[in-house]
Amino acid sequence: MAWTRDEMAARAARELKDGFYVNLGIGIPTLVANMIPEGIKVTLQSENGMLGMGPFPYEGEADSDLINAGKQTITELPQTSYFSSADSFGMIRGGHINLSILGAMQVAENGDLANWMVPGKMIKGMGGAMDLVAGVPRVVVVMDHTEKAGDSKLKHQCSLPLTGKGVVDMVITDLGVFEIDRKGSGVVLIEIASGVTLDEIKAKTEATVNYSKFS
Amino acid sequence: MQSKVFPNAASALAGAVFDGMTVMSGGFGLCGIPENLITALRDSNVKNLTVIGNNVGADNHGMWAVLANGQIKKVLASYVGENKILEQLFMNGGVEIEFNPQGTLAERIRAGGAGIPAFYTRTGYGTVIADGKETRQFKGEWYVMETGLVADVSLVKAWKGDTEGNLIYRKTARNFNPMIATAGKITIAEVEELVEPGELPPDQIHTPGIFVKRIFKGSNYVKHIERLTTRPRDSAAADPGGKR
Repeated sequence: MAWTRDEMAARAARELKDGFYVNLGIGIPTLVANMIPEGIKVTLQSENGMLGMGPFPYEGEADSDLINAGKQTITELPQTSYFSSADSFGMIRGGHINLSILGAMQVAENGDLANWMVPGKMIKGMGGAMDLVAGVPRVVVVMDHTEKAGDSKLKHQCSLPLTGKGVVDMVITDLGVFEIDRKGSGVVLIEIASGVTLDEIKAKTEATVNYSKFS
Repeated sequence: MQSKVFPNAASALAGAVFDGMTVMSGGFGLCGIPENLITALRDSNVKNLTVIGNNVGADNHGMWAVLANGQIKKVLASYVGENKILEQLFMNGGVEIEFNPQGTLAERIRAGGAGIPAFYTRTGYGTVIADGKETRQFKGEWYVMETGLVADVSLVKAWKGDTEGNLIYRKTARNFNPMIATAGKITIAEVEELVEPGELPPDQIHTPGIFVKRIFKGSNYVKHIERLTTRPRDSAAADPGGKR
């Protein structure tokens, strides 16, 4: 059995360090907020202009002036600050956010990331994804290992238009954890999900991966 | 000096709008959008607009109304999901969309308002966003040149304002409004509370009045929530802020 969405999020949460400022993408990365390890203080940034994102409001207490970048209603914390989108992306582009955890359609073995458009389909836009991967010093991708049809999402080269070139440091899939060297020295398998075999990962992975830790 | 204060959106917009103009509009999704001004822009029936903003409204809300009224020819935005009419118009060539990374869009507007014609950013390097743009290396890293943006009219929404045009925004409704306020030849602000000078603490002003040419007290705010998410009172679950 491969990892569930929650297990993938829990594994991603282990990348958090005490005192980190973190931006979480939409989807599985959002679940990471529920799994912050005990004893670690993490401040969540929302790129629409908020640092110190609190939990969802109680029923009946939602404030339409207070949303996250996924347009969900949220709450503030005692340490919260608000700022403009220009200041927010100054934080991001300026390298002040420690870690970005986001989803992807494809990741290449050189760290290229594609997660914003599929040619021929309606383009919704990249939102803040290109700025995040260009500006945040450490980028962790959480994604299913394969497409529904079975094709590997961890590839030699992305076939989809890129969100960023050489920007991914780690990929967590339902099958395992992969470290990527942005400078091009390749992908290393560092962890295998419980109940998954090395042969299964090899069979389902297009990218060239260093499996030496397990063979 | 002529007063900056107008009685409502229609009078504030009168004489400022024309066919073919460029309009910037504040907001992130439907949060912090100038609702009254958008309705007045629709009612003005000016055509061939270029609209700059993070989004173009959402189905049945916000700038969607101006789009549905056939007034927009080009959009500069970072995200245009949840907008079926825009999808149709884009697919049949009725509207041109220029996608901008959100931070690049914010900075282009900030630069435009600050008199900076262009700047370099790492964002988008090696992607289609950099196609046709100048790239340059600084300290071993590659950057893309992006240009500043200005508008004929900027429409912004603030929480409180005074008759001098000083503005204070509320929570995440601030978003793109402060930069957009600086980048319009004519910036029009709508506020929930309009007060006399001296009533807003000078240290707390987000947008100084110099940027605002016209101001009025808005009415009938809908403030539609796109994704209402709550947690039950007896639960600590669904907590995007995590353990503290």
